Amino acid sequence: MIAVSDKPIRAGGRRSRIPPGAFSGPPPPGPSQGKEPAAGGRSRFNADAIFRGITGSFAGFVLLLVAGMATVMTIASMPAIRKFGWHFLVSSTWDPVQDQYGALPFLFGTLLSSFLALLIAVPLSLGIATFLSELAPERPARILGFLVELLAAIPSVIYGLWGIFVMVPMLRNGPQAWLSAHLGFLPIFAGPAYGVGMMAAGLILAIMILPTISAISLEVFRAVPRAQREAALALGATRWETTRMAVLSYARPGILGAVILGLGRALGETMAVTMLIGNRPAISASLLAPGYTMASVIANEFSEATGDLYLSALIEVALVLFGLTVLLNVGARYLVWSTVKRGENRA
Amino acid sequence: MNRPETLPGRETAAPAGGGRIEVRGLHAWFGTHQVLHGIDLDFSPRQVTAIIGPSGCGKSTLLRTMNRLHEETPGTRLTGSITLDGEDIHAPGTDAVRLRRDVGMVFQRPNPFPNMSVRDNVLAGFKLNHEKRKDEREILERTLRSAALWDELKDMLHKPGSSLSGGQQQRLCIARALAVEPKVLLMDEPCSALDPVSTNKIEELIFELKKSLTIVIVTHNMQQAARVSDFTAFLMVGKLVEVGATRKIFTSPEQRLTEDYVTGRFG
Repeated sequence: MIAVSDKPIRAGGRRSRIPPGAFSGPPPPGPSQGKEPAAGGRSRFNADAIFRGITGSFAGFVLLLVAGMATVMTIASMPAIRKFGWHFLVSSTWDPVQDQYGALPFLFGTLLSSFLALLIAVPLSLGIATFLSELAPERPARILGFLVELLAAIPSVIYGLWGIFVMVPMLRNGPQAWLSAHLGFLPIFAGPAYGVGMMAAGLILAIMILPTISAISLEVFRAVPRAQREAALALGATRWETTRMAVLSYARPGILGAVILGLGRALGETMAVTMLIGNRPAISASLLAPGYTMASVIANEFSEATGDLYLSALIEVALVLFGLTVLLNVGARYLVWSTVKRGENRA
Repeated sequence: MNRPETLPGRETAAPAGGGRIEVRGLHAWFGTHQVLHGIDLDFSPRQVTAIIGPSGCGKSTLLRTMNRLHEETPGTRLTGSITLDGEDIHAPGTDAVRLRRDVGMVFQRPNPFPNMSVRDNVLAGFKLNHEKRKDEREILERTLRSAALWDELKDMLHKPGSSLSGGQQQRLCIARALAVEPKVLLMDEPCSALDPVSTNKIEELIFELKKSLTIVIVTHNMQQAARVSDFTAFLMVGKLVEVGATRKIFTSPEQRLTEDYVTGRFG
């Protein structure tokens, strides 16, 4: 989870469970002094050491898992890396017949669809969270908050199915047809209205990450101390000004955390996007045009990847996706960390 | 320590009577629990009135009805009236937001906005009320001087408000309230989270600020009430036991209960 709390986590706060009086009691008489209490103490420390060792190895296992995955993927993608080198990341040819592979269209598709999703979902989510925490009466807010969290638990294939049967026809006949006809001269709305494509993928991703971002932001807003709101209200701030001045500002690190989690889901989302993005490995400026994402190409093509180089190229796509998520998460985590640091010692 | 200046223009801006609060027959409930039972009290301009009483006597609630911050607690209800310079502040159609610009408040725990700089903290309320004005810098200096903070902070105006000491944070909160140019300043146990030195500074500040403001201070500390206030009101279980000149309340109160309380026999 994201470090929303501003309390520093205290390392080294472990206390060995030594019964009171173990050290302060009267020393045992006679020659046994120094032997028995020490033995008793050591066995307790041993229990602690074992406890620490076991839990530590569990934690270490996570590290091992990540390192192992990275290693295996790197090894498996070596043929493609040797053949294409950096060209793999900047080439937009994806041709299994000629055994030519470039991942740029997928990289582009993943980044653009996630960016669109954030663009739509972040303001909406913050609006929802603000309404539920600042404006709505308590009981309806609790119920709505619960429903929002429930939305996050819907399997993505259901979103995909709904997207295909409901959203895509609506998009095709409504907004996309209009955009294509009237704003088609703009590159981002050029081309025919297919329904499926980048816009549909971005929208479905937005809907999918909306509950995640809203639910976490809501928790973060609710954790803002009442004293902060009262400080703003007492200055003659309106409800909106109070939210902006006291709540949003105080909750900034937590909001960032919520956005990161949403972004993580958007980057890796496979099923719903595969069903809606059109699966064409091409880079187009138009939001109406079909695209492809890294997760989708892996899911779609790994079962039919016959050649060694083909498979290796797919695994390299996976490696790139892995690297991208790590990079974005580290960057975002750093951002959270720096804002939290700035707001330290808060009242 | 630099002597705080009074806000220039205050005397002309707020003529005698500006900032007079009259509480009449005030009853207050939290849900079904009655917190205040028929309070009648006056708060005069350029006077400090202390409200004392044991925990849970309704002091803070009384204070919060005066800037309508009690409305933030769901289920509160009032009868009776409170007027500010003759206008009923609880009348329907009275704007709580406007009211709070005339009636500032300082809280028990310093609550600066942690992600804002010292400068932005001071100007936070001011910016809400005024269009962007060129004299921000002047207001900033003037209010920080009024809060006896200018010399300490003039070189760190861009540091976050949360990086200051507790006493400085509380004076920053006072500066923030002053920048809105209120007529009344409500202080809810402003020193209870502070050390004696910081407390002393705040008390000196109160002494200066009362030259231009009506000050109402809720305090647990009877020495403090005796030191800073001109009038003292003693509340118990939601009822006003006695109100009068501070000297009288602490030396020859009319009620036995008051005497027992101020001499520390209970509470």
